[in-house]
Amino acid sequence: MTTSDVAAAALQRAGASAPRAIVAGHGEFAAGLISAVQAITGRGGALIPVAIRDLCVQDIETLLRERMVATGVRVIFTDLQAGSCTMAARRILHGMDDAVLVAGANLPTLLDFVFAEERTAPEAARHAAERGRNAITAHGAGA
Amino acid sequence: MTLLLYRIDDRLIHGQVVVGWGQPLDITFIVLVSDEVAGSDWEQELYRMAVPPEMSIYFHSAADALAALPRYRSGTGRGILVTGDIATMRALVDGGGVDVVNVGGIHSGDGRVQRLRYVFLSPAEERALRDMAARGVKITAQDVPGSRPVSLDDLIAGIEP
Repeated sequence: MTTSDVAAAALQRAGASAPRAIVAGHGEFAAGLISAVQAITGRGGALIPVAIRDLCVQDIETLLRERMVATGVRVIFTDLQAGSCTMAARRILHGMDDAVLVAGANLPTLLDFVFAEERTAPEAARHAAERGRNAITAHGAGA
Repeated sequence: MTLLLYRIDDRLIHGQVVVGWGQPLDITFIVLVSDEVAGSDWEQELYRMAVPPEMSIYFHSAADALAALPRYRSGTGRGILVTGDIATMRALVDGGGVDVVNVGGIHSGDGRVQRLRYVFLSPAEERALRDMAARGVKITAQDVPGSRPVSLDDLIAGIEP
């Protein structure tokens, strides 16, 4: 296999990123982060955005559950520990041993996740959560 | 302790409550009044996980919340009381002691008509709010501290600020 063949195969894999996780949060959190993932990696297709503006908790839960069933994904990334999406996701995942919720997700989290194709989605999510946690740093003012 | 905000919000504990109101008010505890949550250890654990470790959360049914209110109103802590519906808040108002109510979020449901972006009301709920106002309770709608409060008249008329 030539170098160009390897590159072509890699690009094909990148372009064919099937949905592996849902991203849900306040405002345009999901669409914004996924657009950043797409801009950086071209793998935004691995993530499904869910916006929950003006929905009650029951409707959020229904929406997330429907997306999980329709796509078969078992990973949900949310923005805020106390957020409605996180609460709804916790309810959905209660008793689902093969699913993972990552609350407090950031861009490094999602970048790590979309590149971890060799892992199962739940494994990749746990790895990405750790990567996202460690990616936060403060600089300046004596830090 | 003291209660700084009495809020009706069908999402109960979420970002607007914990962060949106909680941080500027420097909240140290939340009182969640809900029969459903008060009767379920799992539900309580769910909400306990949603608040930061430095914030306390207490659970009460509508029936036992009134007796507990004096305890939350004395002392040094700062708290928010949240109910998931108007009927529960009205029970507290009828029991005495609640004179300002914040309508923070009531979303679409059976028989409800949209009044504001984040408030939908049924005719019975509208009457309940008017009844509370007639008892001297100041009722405004306001989802987050940065938005303008909406008077009850404007809320029912559906006038967004």
